[in-house]
Amino acid sequence: MKFGVVVLEGPYTHEAADTAYQFTKAALEKGHEVFRVFFYHDGVNNGTRLTTPPQDDRNIVTRWSELGEEHGLDLVVCVAAAQRRGIVDADEAKRNGKDADNIAPSFRISGLGQLIEAGIQSDRLLVFGD
Amino acid sequence: MATLHTVNKSPFEKNSLERCLSTAKDGSTILFIEDGVYSAVKGTKVSSSIEAALGKHNVYALKPDVTTRGLSDNMIDGIELVDYDGFVDLAAECSKVQSWL
Repeated sequence: MKFGVVVLEGPYTHEAADTAYQFTKAALEKGHEVFRVFFYHDGVNNGTRLTTPPQDDRNIVTRWSELGEEHGLDLVVCVAAAQRRGIVDADEAKRNGKDADNIAPSFRISGLGQLIEAGIQSDRLLVFGD
Repeated sequence: MATLHTVNKSPFEKNSLERCLSTAKDGSTILFIEDGVYSAVKGTKVSSSIEAALGKHNVYALKPDVTTRGLSDNMIDGIELVDYDGFVDLAAECSKVQSWL
């Protein structure tokens, strides 16, 4: 089965970023395919590599990056939501005259079309967030 | 096949549960996750609506979220607990998933 996952909430807010991660991980471990995880609205804050949670806490961003790397997951951050919240990759930084980028490994920035495609291509689309 | 409805907000905070119950067709599956698991607690002002829902729907609660909140001993009878694996199974078994946020 092919799952699509949408994350609308930032890390360390309520619990949606955690549930989305645990669901995605469990689905992959059961042998399902996860077509894409799409981060939208405050969910884009899952994709900044500059977070530094306390050492005894889970690192939500790193956890996504590692899962992405391990399974070749497509972790997509919505460009318009990202621009508003200061989530930037090298290209976006250059295009908008910013002095740095902060996108986390395994994440990429793209548009809403990626969400539509995930809805079309996936057998089930699950939304986590506020 | 039935729809899986997930509810992730406490019924004492938002009306996600109410919206879910008024929309879900008979035979649907409902899963409480995150603060949504407070819907599954005995003796609250929403427990009668959950007990009524148990006659029409398959009702589950996400076990890690129940235990994290210390609610394991206070659950309404008839609500089944699942872990994340079980959540994935429910999502796969049902024909679509509707998230009530």
